[in-house]
Amino acid sequence: MSDVARYLMIDFGSTFTKLVAVDREREDILATAMRPTTVTTDIRTGYRAALADLEERLGGPVAFDRIVACSSAAGGLKMAAIGLVEELTVEAAKRVCLGAGAKVDLVLSHHVTKAEVKKILDKKIDIVLLAGGADGGNTECALYNLKMLGEAGLRIPIVYAGNKDCQDDVLALFETYGLEGHVAENVMPRINQLNVKSARDAIRDIFLKRIIEAKGIKKIEDEIDEVVLPTPEAVLTACELLSKGYMNEPGMGELCVVDIGGATTDMYSVCHATKRSDVILRGLEEPYAKRTVEGDLGVRWSAPGIVQSLSEEELKMVLLDTGVDLKAEAEKRFADVSFLPLTPEDEYADRLLAEMCAYKAMSRHAGRMEEVFTPIGMAYNQTGKDLTDVRTVIGTGGPIIRSRFAREILAKTSAVFRGTQELRPARPDFYLDSEYILAAMGLFARIDPLSALRIMKKHMKPLQ
Amino acid sequence: MKSIVIGVIGADVHAVGNKIIEYTLTNAGYNVVNIGVLSSQEDFIHAAIETNAPLILVSSLYGHGEIDCRGMRAKCVESGIGDVLLYVGGNIVVGKQDFAEVRERFLKMGFDRVYPPGTPIDEALADIRKDLGE
Repeated sequence: MSDVARYLMIDFGSTFTKLVAVDREREDILATAMRPTTVTTDIRTGYRAALADLEERLGGPVAFDRIVACSSAAGGLKMAAIGLVEELTVEAAKRVCLGAGAKVDLVLSHHVTKAEVKKILDKKIDIVLLAGGADGGNTECALYNLKMLGEAGLRIPIVYAGNKDCQDDVLALFETYGLEGHVAENVMPRINQLNVKSARDAIRDIFLKRIIEAKGIKKIEDEIDEVVLPTPEAVLTACELLSKGYMNEPGMGELCVVDIGGATTDMYSVCHATKRSDVILRGLEEPYAKRTVEGDLGVRWSAPGIVQSLSEEELKMVLLDTGVDLKAEAEKRFADVSFLPLTPEDEYADRLLAEMCAYKAMSRHAGRMEEVFTPIGMAYNQTGKDLTDVRTVIGTGGPIIRSRFAREILAKTSAVFRGTQELRPARPDFYLDSEYILAAMGLFARIDPLSALRIMKKHMKPLQ
Repeated sequence: MKSIVIGVIGADVHAVGNKIIEYTLTNAGYNVVNIGVLSSQEDFIHAAIETNAPLILVSSLYGHGEIDCRGMRAKCVESGIGDVLLYVGGNIVVGKQDFAEVRERFLKMGFDRVYPPGTPIDEALADIRKDLGE
């Protein structure tokens, strides 16, 4: 069997280490395995346990041609996004961080204060992305903020991706304060124009060279080839490939992916901001492949966040309609994050919580349309992305994959209420990443995009 | 190169004059930041902050300019760009009103230059050069 090209993809998640073995010739999955992540002790323990399971399924040890991994273990990649105006460079910086697969734990604007700089330390931020000013515009703010970071003696990497005019001053300040500084292209070179790539590459580079080492993930590279991406970036890569297709192999077209977890809900969309010619787009340019993360929406650690996002009245309505005391259920899950639903009632409460994650996360991800009466007729003012024509919504993440109600949960991403301004998918078909392979295929796409695409298409299970 | 923020304020979708202004000011050597039609006061102000623009030129063609421009100077002050130059021009009020009076109202609202309907942009350009000390 040595002539068969076999690859092993690993996703070191915050909770589970997931292994997917791929047969490149047959363009299919050989086996998958999953064990708890053991990054707090030794990341290799969990990996070896999962590998043993995998080898048992494959009937013995396997020589893999290549073993690559992505990681969101040990808190993932935690970033602070700093910009000038909230709607412009702050938002651009935030989107770049999210596109690079980071968690944005801190968002700062205008002149930062000492207290805000202290938060960077308190929140154990891994990388700071500093922006501010369009090219040719404001330089004062970014330089002021960089000085504040320097005065505080920050010892974490800083990526400067603001106004290019002051790059030389920035380099000089890096030198003066002995900062670990990197310079990338401006995240917003012109008003409302988003420039993701350069800063994202700089972040990925630092993640690979520094962060995975600092988090004790690098140890695994003795046993595998390399860790190549933060997990969410791998998923975003997979989403884009699955949507667009590759060469002659068509993709699934415009799509959304919702990934509900215990702590966060990630939402991905791959589509243009609009296809209509009669709308006026407002605000910062939207990325074609966009990721948003809701840190307050999740079915275990973040279950209280779901309750907080609802009003007393809404909670009473839920109790009245379903008999579920959402607040109590959320607290129960927060207190015991490894809680597994055993009774139909528990299962139902889990479903409700997941439905709310899906509903709220889409509400924050999707754009809005406002109708404006003007003297020359109706005008359509759009902010964010128009997802109404998206026909494919895919669910992933343990709480959806393991639920008997995956379809019901995913249905909450679509336009369930009439008459809102939210541009949600109107009539999508639902699919499930039932084998939990999206991150793995994002990794495999770097080796063989065509096979990765075909495998994904084969394994996205339609939900009727 | 100095930046000038231009755009059409409020629920106004008149795009032609806006393009002519962009063309003229760009040719005159300015970095024109055109935020387009249907723009709010905040859109103008945010763009001016990020681009360090010393001048905002507001267009309004549909007669509601007076309502749309109210409070703009105060917002500039609150946003830290209180000394930005504010110009406004177009059909900025409803009906045929005495323009001297209209100008007075807009000056009181904190605008630095107020142009009546049909003003060629070249006329404003001369003022721009003067006000920006060029």
